[in-house]
Amino acid sequence: MIRTPLRPLARILRARETGENPDAIEAENRAQRHAAIQERARGSARTRLFFMSCAFALAFGTVGAKMGVLAASQPSEPRVQTSGAQIISQRADITDRHGRVLATNLLTHSLYAHPHQMVEPERAARELARIFPDLNLDRMLKDFTGKRTFVWIKKKISPEQMQAVHDIGEPGLLFGPREMRLYPNGHIAAHILGGATFGKEDVASAEVVGVAGVEKAFDQWLRDPANDGAPLTLSLDLTVQAAMEEVLGNGMKVMNAKGATGILMEVGTGEIVAMASLPDFDPNDRPRPLLAGDPSDSPLFNRAVQGQYELGSTFKIFPVAQALDLKLVSPTTMINTKTPMKIGKYLINDFHNYGAQLSVTDIIAKSSNVGTVRIAQLLGPERQKEFLQRLGLFEPTTVEMSEAPTGKPLVPRRWPAVTSATVAFGHGLAASPLHLAAAYATVANDGRRVRPTLVHGRPARAGEQVLSPAAAHTAMQLLRQVVTRGTARQANVEGYEIAGKTGTADKPRPSGGYYKDKVVATFASAFPASDPQYVLVLTLDEPSTGLAGGGESRTAGMTAAPVAGEMIRRIAPLLGLRPATESQLPVVERPLPDRLKLVSN
Amino acid sequence: MRSVLYLLTALAVMGLAFWAYRENYRTQAAISEMSDIQRQIGHLREDLGVLRAEWAYLNRPERLRQLVDLNFERLKLVPFGSDQFVDVGQVAFPAPGMAGPARGADGADDHMPVRRPAGFPPRRPQESTP
Repeated sequence: MIRTPLRPLARILRARETGENPDAIEAENRAQRHAAIQERARGSARTRLFFMSCAFALAFGTVGAKMGVLAASQPSEPRVQTSGAQIISQRADITDRHGRVLATNLLTHSLYAHPHQMVEPERAARELARIFPDLNLDRMLKDFTGKRTFVWIKKKISPEQMQAVHDIGEPGLLFGPREMRLYPNGHIAAHILGGATFGKEDVASAEVVGVAGVEKAFDQWLRDPANDGAPLTLSLDLTVQAAMEEVLGNGMKVMNAKGATGILMEVGTGEIVAMASLPDFDPNDRPRPLLAGDPSDSPLFNRAVQGQYELGSTFKIFPVAQALDLKLVSPTTMINTKTPMKIGKYLINDFHNYGAQLSVTDIIAKSSNVGTVRIAQLLGPERQKEFLQRLGLFEPTTVEMSEAPTGKPLVPRRWPAVTSATVAFGHGLAASPLHLAAAYATVANDGRRVRPTLVHGRPARAGEQVLSPAAAHTAMQLLRQVVTRGTARQANVEGYEIAGKTGTADKPRPSGGYYKDKVVATFASAFPASDPQYVLVLTLDEPSTGLAGGGESRTAGMTAAPVAGEMIRRIAPLLGLRPATESQLPVVERPLPDRLKLVSN
Repeated sequence: MRSVLYLLTALAVMGLAFWAYRENYRTQAAISEMSDIQRQIGHLREDLGVLRAEWAYLNRPERLRQLVDLNFERLKLVPFGSDQFVDVGQVAFPAPGMAGPARGADGADDHMPVRRPAGFPPRRPQESTP
C-alpha cells in the first residue's frame, strides 16, 4: 500500500499558485486517513461481534434444542447401560436383625370391569359370583347392565382366581397389576409391624401405605427410592419373638388373664429384641378398629406401648435406688414398717404385717409399701419427681412406632405428700410396660439412661448418667434378692441369675376408685444380675390362678413371675446366653490309641 | 491419475457407508437384545421376590412348630435348653468298644451308624473331634 503523504508537494505547489490555503489539503488528507483507520477498526469489531454472536447462538441453541428434545420426547429408561440393583418393588422389605423377612411385597392382580365392553354381562356376573362367593350377585348385575363404564371388582386376586376369571372369556373383565404387602409370619410381631393398605389407586398401579406400627412410622423411608431397595432391619429376633408369643399365650391361658404383654430389651443399646401384646391379630387381614367401647378390648391395641397401667410395686426400686444414690440409706439400714401408716387422711397398708422394722433389702424383697413410703419421704417429692422424670417416665417413649406418642404416661399434675407416697409404690402414675422396661434397663445399664428403639445397629450416643454406677449395682443386687428369697421365687431359673421385682396393682375403675378383684400383675427383671444384658418386662391383665389349698391368688408372684421364669428359661438359650454353672463340667481327655492314660504326679 | 483417485475415493465412501449401515443395524440388534435381557432380569427379580416370600412363608415359626410336632417320633426335637451349652472338650468320646471295630482296615463300609437316604453314598467313618 502506498501511503498518501499529508502534504503532497504537487498539490501544495498548485494550491500556492492558485492562492489557496495548503493547510486545507493537509486537513483533508488527515481526515481521509482517520476515516480509513476508523473503517478498519469498525470492520474488525464487526467480525468480532459476529463470531461472538455466533458462539452465543450456538450455546443457547444447544440448550434450547436439548430442552425441546427433553420436552417433546417420550421418557425412556436408558437401555444400553447396565444397572446394578434395580428397584423392582415400590416399598422396601422389613427384616429382623438376622435378615429374616418380616414384611415383603408380592405381585398380584386386581380385577376391574368395563361393562360397556361386555358381551354377556349377566353370565359374567354369575360366573364371578361363583368364583368369588363373597361378591354380591344382584349388585354386580346392576353394575354390569347399568350405565357405569368402570367397576372395581376385587383389589387382590390370587393367580388361580385370575386363571378362573380368564376362563370366563369375557373381554370386559380386565386385570391391573398390584403390589401387595405380605407378612409371611402371620400373627408374629403383628403390633410392631402394624399393617399396610392401598392409598391412591389406579388401574395400572396402587400406592401401598402403612397404617400402623413401624409401617407407618417409616412410611417415607420404606418408599424412598434413594435407599436402593435396602430392607429396613428391625432389632427384633424372629425366633425369640415367636418363642415369647408362644410362652405368653400359654401363660395367659394358664393364668386366666384377659391380656398379656412381654418386652425383651437389650440393656446396652435399648434395642427391643421381642415385644408382644396379646390378644393380637393378623396384619395380612387387619381388623377394623372398634368404634365404640374401650379401645383396649380391640386386638389392635398394643398393650406394651399404648397401655397405661399403674405398674405397682415394680416402681419401688426407683425411690430405693435414688436413696442409695444419695447415700440416705444403705441396704442394711433399718426402716420403720409399722402398718398401717397414716398420711393426712389416707391409710397405707402392707399386704402382710411385716413387724416393726425391716432392712432396705427386705423392704424390696418382701415388697413393703410402708417401708418404701418412708424411704420416699426421706427423698422428698421434688427429688423423687425429678428422678422419675430423668428415667423417662413422664414423656412418651421414643420408640419408632406410630402408636408411641399415644402412650404418654398419666402423671399427676400436683404432687402432694400422698401422691408422692403412692407413686413410690407404683400407684397414681400410669405408664406403659415399655416405659418400665426402659427404666429398668437404665438401672441395669449402670445408671445410664436407655432409650428404647426398634432399629438394629443404629449408632446412638451414650445416655446421660441418671444414677451412679455403684447405686445401680446395689439396686440390681436388691432385685436379685427378690428372686432368690423374696416375692418372685417362682421366677428363678438356674444359671441365669434373674434379678427382678413383682408388682400387683389394682385396676382403676373408669368411674373412679379401684376394683377389688381385678389387678394388673407385672414382673420386671434383668438378667444375668452380675452383668445385666437383657431386661424382660411381663404384664398380665386381670390374671388369677388357683392355689393348692383352694381359693385363688392374683398376686404377681403367683401369676406373672412363673410365666416370666418360663419365658427366660425358653428365651435365654436362644439369645446365646450361657448359664452360669457353679461347678465346672468335667473335660473329657481324648483317649490315646493304645488306651494308655498319661498321669503326672 | 486423477480419475483413479476419484474412483478410489468413491469406493472408500461406498465401503464406509456399507460399514455404517451394518453397524447401525448391529447396534439396534444389540440394544433390543439388551432390553430383552433387562426385561428377563426384571422378571427373574420378581420371581426371586416371590420365592423369598414363599420361603419366608414356609419357614414361619408356626408351621415349623407344627412340623416338629408331627415328626416328633422321628426327630425328637424339643426347645433349645440351657443344658445344651457344652464345650467341645466336654463332649464324651464314643466308647472304645463301639468305635474300635468300626475303624477296620477296609474302611468299614458295612458299618453305617446313620441310615442315609437312597442315592447317597455311604458315609465314611471320619475323625469326629480334633
